[in-house]
Amino acid sequence: MNYSSKLRDPTAETSPTRRARLAPPPSLDGKVVALMDIGKSGGAVFLDRLEGHFKAAGVATKRYRKPTNTKVAPASVLQTIAAEAQLAVIALSD
Amino acid sequence: MIELLPADGLVIVAKHECHTCVLVEPVMQSLDKAGPLTVITQDDPAFPSGVGRVLDDQQLERSFHLNIEAVPTLIRYEGGREVGRTVGWDRAEWTRLAGQAAAGEGLPAWQPGCGSRSVEPGVQEALIARYGDPGLASREIPVGEWDDPIEACFERGWSDGLPVVPPTDERILRMLGGTDRKPDEIVGLIPPNLAPCTVEKVAINAVMAGCKPEYMPVVLGVLEAALDPLFVLHGLLCTTHFAGPLVIINGPAAKAVGMNSGINALGQGNRANATIGRALQLIVRNVGGGLPGGMDRATLGNPGKYTFCFAEDESDPDWEPLAQRRGIAAGKSAVTLFHAEGVHGFIDQKSRTPEELARSLAMGLFGVGHPKLCDSGNAVLVLSPEHYRIFKEGGWNRRRIEDELYQALKRPGRDLIHGAQGVAEGLPASMADKIVDKFPPDGLLIVRAGGPAGLFSAIIGGWPGQRVREECQAVTHEIR
Repeated sequence: MNYSSKLRDPTAETSPTRRARLAPPPSLDGKVVALMDIGKSGGAVFLDRLEGHFKAAGVATKRYRKPTNTKVAPASVLQTIAAEAQLAVIALSD
Repeated sequence: MIELLPADGLVIVAKHECHTCVLVEPVMQSLDKAGPLTVITQDDPAFPSGVGRVLDDQQLERSFHLNIEAVPTLIRYEGGREVGRTVGWDRAEWTRLAGQAAAGEGLPAWQPGCGSRSVEPGVQEALIARYGDPGLASREIPVGEWDDPIEACFERGWSDGLPVVPPTDERILRMLGGTDRKPDEIVGLIPPNLAPCTVEKVAINAVMAGCKPEYMPVVLGVLEAALDPLFVLHGLLCTTHFAGPLVIINGPAAKAVGMNSGINALGQGNRANATIGRALQLIVRNVGGGLPGGMDRATLGNPGKYTFCFAEDESDPDWEPLAQRRGIAAGKSAVTLFHAEGVHGFIDQKSRTPEELARSLAMGLFGVGHPKLCDSGNAVLVLSPEHYRIFKEGGWNRRRIEDELYQALKRPGRDLIHGAQGVAEGLPASMADKIVDKFPPDGLLIVRAGGPAGLFSAIIGGWPGQRVREECQAVTHEIR
């Protein structure tokens, strides 16, 4: 990536500049997993298989889909996922 | 890459908007005919006319590297080194450096030039950031080509919830220009993480808060006061109570930076009021690591934790300003920091004598924390002009007002103990036979501010931590 500008860190610089990823949850008990289809071909096949595995393991899932794969997900979709699920799996590509 | 200058010959830096540069245009044409000449033009690539080698320096990179302070500047190079320089038009100097072709027949012997565009206000810092070494120690955070820097600040957790001004090098350098103190000087350790905070980090957060460079001495003074151990900034941050730091500025500094002590003094709309208080909060957040939900455990907080800062109205010579009352010499600038919850409006439109108003104010002040508690925090009383006028016309000065309020704020313990008046909250039963002060003698800070109309004053409650007086108090520091 090209960087067009830079800022200076206002903090005490005790943490890395890149934010650490969230740690995976210790258990999926009681969690709802969002299965997000971005609209690329084959994504639904992958998510169908995954949904089956989750179901077999007793983990609740909900399906979501972007209106079009050419644009980022609208805020309403992201807000719905955030409200209804605690984890998400996104089927990214063909 | 900028085009190289000749190893030997003359260089003139000029700009079309400079009358002296226009005046010497024939001289530049004459020099061009006599030998190798390069003209670096700051504002108009077509100026001067009739000269073969004109370099466009509208980006001011050459002017920056040549350290040009005024135009025209004539420089002679020999063997790749500068051997002579003169600024403005000076026939003798130009002739000495360039020979007879620079004699400038018909021109005055001497005429001063104009300031270089590269040293106009705010430009030099931008050029240092772009072409030079800004000398900043804080680590660089690159921002993606298509990313919005303001959003990048949000994503990194540097914001109090409102947009911050992205801290670019040029803005930080301008901010540092507001103080004589060295960027690497450590101002103190910022709680809760006790992280060292340099003047540079203060400047970065002041940029983000929206401060102007001239606010820097005040911001530094505020921070130093906040780090006074008696202010207990760590405890104030961690408390579940509402309180946050209230900043009150006295003295010439308040006027110098245009602070508001009049209409809506406790409200929005004044940049200095808003951003100086915000800078302190951002420093605690970013340098100290004091985040809501982290070490900041406030149950509810208060809106003043974004910023809470105003100046005292010192326009009445009969009034002893708060800072003087607290030991600062007259004519000096000072900051007073108080552990403050929100503003509680006090209305009294009927009192006409000082005695009536003092009793009435006491009724309002009893409510600080809880009407039946006497150790739930001190208070700041912001007297409006119309209420102050009642005291003044009655011949009461600050000391008299303080004394009378102190007396009016005494109550029998039997009215305040647990269960009294059917309310469980209250003082221990052992206080029943005592006369109890609402505040300790120095626990009520009176300050004047506000617009000319309105029989309203403001009561700003304090923090229960203040009850341990030897460990926690409001502090007043002179601003250096």
